[in-house]
Amino acid sequence: MSVSLETRGLTIRFGGHVAVDHVSCVFRPGELTAIVGPNGAGKTTYFNLISGQLRASEGQVLLDGADITAESAPLRARRGLGRAFQLTNLFPNLTVAENVRLAVQAKAGVHYDMLRPWSLRRDLIARADKILESVALESRRAHTAAALSHGDQRKLEVALMMALEPRVYMFDEPTAGMSVDEAPIVLDLIARLKRDTSKIILLVEHKMDVVRSLADRIIVLTNGACVADGEPAAVIASPVVQEAYLGIAPKEKGNAA
Amino acid sequence: MILSGNPPRGKLLTALLVLVVVVLALAPFLFPGSKPANVAAKICVFALLVASYDLLLGYAGIVSFAHTMFFGIGAYGIAITLYALGPSWGAILLGLGAAILVAALFALAIGLFSLRVQTIFFAMVTLAVASAFAVLASQLSWLTGGEDGRTFRVPEMLRPGFRLIENGPFGITISGRTLSYYLVFCSVVVLFLVMLRIVESPFGRVLQAIRENPFRAEALGYRIIYHRTLANVLAAVFAACAGALNALWLRYTGPDTSLSFNIMIDILLIVVIGGMGTLYGAIIGAALFVLAENYLQTLMGAAFGALNASGAGFVANFFNPDRWLLWLGILFILSVYFFPTGIVGKLRAEPKS
Repeated sequence: MSVSLETRGLTIRFGGHVAVDHVSCVFRPGELTAIVGPNGAGKTTYFNLISGQLRASEGQVLLDGADITAESAPLRARRGLGRAFQLTNLFPNLTVAENVRLAVQAKAGVHYDMLRPWSLRRDLIARADKILESVALESRRAHTAAALSHGDQRKLEVALMMALEPRVYMFDEPTAGMSVDEAPIVLDLIARLKRDTSKIILLVEHKMDVVRSLADRIIVLTNGACVADGEPAAVIASPVVQEAYLGIAPKEKGNAA
Repeated sequence: MILSGNPPRGKLLTALLVLVVVVLALAPFLFPGSKPANVAAKICVFALLVASYDLLLGYAGIVSFAHTMFFGIGAYGIAITLYALGPSWGAILLGLGAAILVAALFALAIGLFSLRVQTIFFAMVTLAVASAFAVLASQLSWLTGGEDGRTFRVPEMLRPGFRLIENGPFGITISGRTLSYYLVFCSVVVLFLVMLRIVESPFGRVLQAIRENPFRAEALGYRIIYHRTLANVLAAVFAACAGALNALWLRYTGPDTSLSFNIMIDILLIVVIGGMGTLYGAIIGAALFVLAENYLQTLMGAAFGALNASGAGFVANFFNPDRWLLWLGILFILSVYFFPTGIVGKLRAEPKS
C-alpha cells in the first residue's frame, strides 16, 4: 500500500519567532525529497512538526488523508512515520543489539509482554541482527551505544529507524560527522530504500553532492518559509537558492555546510 | 531457565549471591535463637521490598517516595483481616488479595494522574500521598489500632508453640517459627524470580529504554505513560506482598514497622549500596544493611570493651556502641564514594569495549 503525506500551512511560533512559516507541501510515494536551507532555517523543526515531537501552532499534517496534527509522537510512529534524529538520540547504556531490538519490538507491537524473556523471541532477535548487518554494526552488537564511535552511533541511529520499517523515512543529516568510509554505508542504504516506490523518503542534508545524487525533488527553507520547490537541477539553478543558500559560496560545490 | 536469561554476571558476584541465599535458606538450622531468625527474615523481606523499588527506580527511572505506603498497605491488609476474622489461611489470602487490589488501584491512580509530569513533581506527589496515608493510618484507630498498631494471631501452624518435628533426626526441631520463616523465604524467592523475569522481558526492556531516553522511546512508538504506570503498579504489588510477609512474621503491624519514613530511607540506602538497575543489588544490599544495623552495635560494644580494658580510653570512645549510627553513615558514604554504581555494579562485568 502506498502512502501519502501532506502538510498544509504548517506553522510553529516560539513567542514572536516564527520557526516554520506556513509550509504547504505534498510528498509522493517513490520520491526522495531533500530539504535544504541555511542553519536555523527550520528544517529540523519542520521534521519535528511532522513526526510529532512538536505541536503545530497552525496548519495541519495529513497522513493517508487523515489529520494527525493532534496526535502524539508514539501514535504517529505507529502509523508509519519513522524518524532518524540529527543529534544522536540513542539508549546510551543499553547494548547496540538491545537498541535495535527495542525498535524491532515496537514494530512488532510487543509493548506489555512481561511473561516471556527476550531470549525466547528468536524471530525478533533474528530481525534485529539482520538490520545490524545492513548498517555494518554486527561486530559491535555487544557494546553499549555510548561506547560507539560517533560514526557508528549515527549508523545505529539510522538502524533504529530502519527497524521500524516505516512508510515515511525521515533522515535528518544522516551522514553528519561521519568519516568518508562510513558515509557511503548510509547513503547506499538510502539509495536501496529508494527502489521501493511505495515509500516516502525525506532527507535533510547539507552536503550538496549527496543531495544531487539522491534527491528527486528539493525543497528550500529560509527563515521557516518554503522559498523553492521542484526538480533538483532547476532548484539549484534558481536565483533564490543561489542567494539564500548557496549564495555563501556559489562556486564551492559539495561543501555548502 | 530459572533466572530468565539474566544471570548475575561476574564470578565474585555469583559466589556472593549464592553464599547469601544458601545462608538464608539454612538460617534456622545454622543460627538458632530468635534474634538471628528476625535478622534473616528482615533480610528476606527487605530484599523483596528493595527489589520492587529497584524495578521503579533502577529500571524505569521513576523516583517515588510512596513505596513504604504500599509496604504498609500489605502489612495492614494482613493485620486488619487476621484481627477481625481470626487466625485462618482464608483470612490471610483475603487480606493479601485486598491489599494487592488496594495497592494496585492507588498506584494506578497516582501513576495516571502524575506520571505525565516531570520526575521531580512525581516524587513530590508521592511524598504528599505517602504522608497523608501515614497520618490516616494512625488516625483511623478503630480500624488500624492507631499508633499502637495491631497485634494479631496467625494460624496454628505458624505459631512459635507449634511443633512439626520435635527432636527429630540430628536433634532437629521444626517449630511454627521455622515454618513462618520458610513461608517468608520461599515467597521472597518466588517473587524475586518473577521480577527477574519481568525485567528481562520485552516490557522490562522498554522500561530501561524509557529510563535511558524517554524522548526516543516515544519516537519508536512506545506510549511511555502507560509503561511507567504499569511499572508503578507492579512495584506497588510486590511491595504490598513484602509488607504482608513482614506482618505475618512479626504477628504485628504498626506505623513504625510498616509506614515510617525511616523505612523509605532504608530502602533508598539499600538500593544505592546494592546497585541500581540490577535487582541482585537488593539481595546483597539488604543483607549488608540489615546485618550492619543489627550487629554493628554488638561489634562496636566488643571493641569498646576491649579498648577500654587495654587502657586506650580516648580511642575507645570512637567505638562507643551509642555511636553506631555515625559508623553506619561513614560506611554508607564510603560505599557510595568507592562504588558509585553499587556493589553489584562494581562486581559485574559490564558489556563495554
